[in-house]
Amino acid sequence: MQEIVVNGLLAAVVLTAAILRFAVGARSGSGMTKKQKTMLLRILSAAAVLLGLQFLPAEAFSRLDGYLFPSAGRWARFALYLADYFLIGYDILRKAGKGVLNRRVFDENFLMAVATVGAMALAVYENGDYLEAIAVMLFYQVGEWFQSYAVGKSRRNISELMDIRPDYANVERDGKLEQVDPDEVEIGGVIVVQPGEKVPIDGIIVEGSSSLNTSALTGESLPREAKAGDEVVSGCVNMTGVLRIRTTKEFGESTVSKILDLVENASSRKSRSEDFISRFARIYTPAVCYSALALAVLPPLVRMLGMGLPADWGTWLYRALTFLVISCPCALVISIPLSFFAGIGGASREGILVKGSNYLEILSQTKVVVFDKTGTLTQGVFEVNGIHHNEMEDAKLIEYAALAESASSHPISRSLQRAYGREPDRARVSDIQEISGSGVIAKVDGMEVAAGNDKLMRRLGIPHIDCHSTGTIIHMAVNGAYAGHIVISDIVKPRSKDAISSLKAAGVEKTVMLTGDAKKVADQVAASLGVDQVYSELLPADKVSKVEELLERRRGKLAFVGDGINDAPVLSRADIGVAMGAMGSDAAIEAADIVLMDDDPMKMTKAIKISRKCLGIVYQNIVLALGVKLACLLLGAVGVANMYLAIFADVGVMILAVLNAIRCLFVRKL
Amino acid sequence: MKKTYKIEVDCANCANLMEDAARRTAGVQSATVNFMTQKMIVEFAEGQEPRAVMESVLAACKRVEPDCEIFL
Repeated sequence: MQEIVVNGLLAAVVLTAAILRFAVGARSGSGMTKKQKTMLLRILSAAAVLLGLQFLPAEAFSRLDGYLFPSAGRWARFALYLADYFLIGYDILRKAGKGVLNRRVFDENFLMAVATVGAMALAVYENGDYLEAIAVMLFYQVGEWFQSYAVGKSRRNISELMDIRPDYANVERDGKLEQVDPDEVEIGGVIVVQPGEKVPIDGIIVEGSSSLNTSALTGESLPREAKAGDEVVSGCVNMTGVLRIRTTKEFGESTVSKILDLVENASSRKSRSEDFISRFARIYTPAVCYSALALAVLPPLVRMLGMGLPADWGTWLYRALTFLVISCPCALVISIPLSFFAGIGGASREGILVKGSNYLEILSQTKVVVFDKTGTLTQGVFEVNGIHHNEMEDAKLIEYAALAESASSHPISRSLQRAYGREPDRARVSDIQEISGSGVIAKVDGMEVAAGNDKLMRRLGIPHIDCHSTGTIIHMAVNGAYAGHIVISDIVKPRSKDAISSLKAAGVEKTVMLTGDAKKVADQVAASLGVDQVYSELLPADKVSKVEELLERRRGKLAFVGDGINDAPVLSRADIGVAMGAMGSDAAIEAADIVLMDDDPMKMTKAIKISRKCLGIVYQNIVLALGVKLACLLLGAVGVANMYLAIFADVGVMILAVLNAIRCLFVRKL
Repeated sequence: MKKTYKIEVDCANCANLMEDAARRTAGVQSATVNFMTQKMIVEFAEGQEPRAVMESVLAACKRVEPDCEIFL
C-alpha cells in the first residue's frame, strides 16, 4: 500500500518538476534563479530514475549472479540506487561534511545526511528497501526547492506591490522632453509630469492643473485637485493635465524615496515573536539530536539489561533516524518574518506605514489609544467665528493679532493670518516673546500687543471677559489694556466619531483625548465624539507627563496618535507613536513608529485590525508548526510514524505556513 | 558606521545563522540580516575598516552556510 502511494507521489513529482522546469521555468518572467532550475532538473531526473528502479524487483538482479559472481546482482542493484542517491543528495552530503569540518554538527544538512545514510546502511544490511532513504532525501529537496521558490516569489511580489518608485523624470531640454534618471534632477529644476505618470520628485506646481491620485501613498481613492502654486508630493499619479513642477527636494530626500526606505527596512527591526523563534530554533535542533541519540541507545539498553528482552537495535535506530528528519526548524523560522513582511506590505498599500515588525506586534496589543485633539480628531483648520467686547474695529484687532502671531506656525496663528487675508508685514513686529501654552507678547507698530488665553491675561494682570461661545478664545490686550477677544473654533473631522466607536469595537478598552485647549471646548468635543477621558489645558510638556501617568496605570499597550508637528516628545514616550496626516512632513515620519498617510482617524482602527490579523497568523503558524512537529516526534518515538510521514510533515507544514503567511497581505477589507 | 550589503541566502534559518556569525565577528558592533529583502545591515565598531571586517564576516558566514553570498 505504502509503496503504491510513494510510487504515485514520485510520478507526481516527475510530472510537476517537468512542467515547472520546461514550461514555467522557460518563461523569462518566471523568477526562477539558475540554482533553482538546476535543482529542479536534479529532482526530475532522480525521481524518474527512482521510479524506473522501482519496476526492477530484486529478483531481476539476482539473475546477474549466474553470469558474473555470486551476489553480483545485489551489488549492482545497490550501485544503481547509490548513484541515484548521490544524484539527489550530493550537495547535502557535501555541506554536511563541510559542517563537520567547521565543527558545526547540528545543522539540517548533517541531520538529513545522517538520517538517509543510516537508512541506506540499514537497507544494504537487509538487501531491502533502498527506496526510503532516497525518497526521503528527494522529498526533502522538493521541500527545500519549494521553500526557496515560494519565498523568493512572494518576496518579489510583495516588493513589487510596494514599489512606487518612479523610474524616470521628464526634463525639458531645447523644447523637447527627455527622460532622465530622477537622481540627476537638481533642486529647483523643472520637471514635466504627463497624465498617467507618477510624480517622481517633491515640488511645487509652476504651471498646469490636474487631479492627482494619491492612492499609492494614502490608500485613499478619491483624487486630489492640484493647481499652480500647490505643493505636490512624489508618488502621486497625475491623472488629467500636464504639470510642470519645480522640484524642492532631491530624489533621495523626496517622500517616495523616504517611504520606500522605511518600508523596506521595516522588517529588519525584529519583533519579539521573531526573536523567540530564532532563539527557539537554536535550542530545538540540538535538543532533537540528543533525544535521537538517547532514543537509539537507551531503550535497547533498558530492554537488554532491565527487561531481559532482545535489544532490537535496528528498530530503535530507525526511530532515531526518523527523529532527525523532523529536526529542521525551517517552517517555523520562515513563516514568521514572511507574515510580518506581508503584513507591513499590506498596510503600506492602505496608506499605513509601519516602521518595524516590533511595532506591528505592539500595536496588536494596544488597549489604550490617546489622541491629540487638534489636527487629529479635529481638522485643525480654525476659523474666526466671532469678535467680542472690542473697542477698536474688528479688522484692526485681527490685524494686530495676526501680526503678533506672525512668527508662529501653530494652527491658531495660521487661522488668524487667514482671517487677516494679507501677508503680514514682519517689519512692523519686534520683540516677539512666545509663552508656551499661553500665547504671544510682541511689539507691533511700537505698541505692546498681547494675544493669548486667559492664563496669559492673568499673568499680565489684565482683567478679561470670559466668552460664552465654545471655541478657542484669544484675548487681546494692547498697551496693557484689554481690547476684546477673538473666538476661533475648530471643526471636528466627519469620521472621528466613527473612528472612536470602531476602536472600541476592535477591542480598545480606553480612548483618551489630550489638548491644550480650554476645558469647555475640550469637554464639548469629547462628549460629541464619545471619548472616555479628556485632559484639557495642557502645555506640551504636560502632555508627556499625562501620557506617562497613563502608562503607569495601563494594562496592555498605549498608543499615542498625534499630527506629528508639536508632539514629537509624546510620540516617542508612548509604547507606539502614530503620526497622522503626515504626507510630506519629514519630522512626523522621523518621530513616529507608525505613520498614517492621510488625515482619516479611521485609519487608526484599520492599523490595529491589520496588526491583529497579522499577529493572529503568526501565532497560528507557530502553533501549527510546533504542534505537528511535536506530534511527529511523539509518533516517531513510539514507532507509529515512519520516515515518510516525518518528511511530509516537515515539508507540508512549511508549505501551509508559507501560504498562511501570505494571507497577511490581504487587508483591504478589514 | 552602518552599512547595508546585498546578500543571497536560500533558507530562513540559514539567514539567522549568518546573523549570528556576523555578530560574533570581531569589529562588528551589531548585525541584522533581513531575509525578506535579502540584506545585511552591519554596524562597525569604532575605528574599524569595513572592508577588512566584511572579509572576515563573509568567511564566518561561509562556514555556517556554504551556499550564502554577500556582495561586498
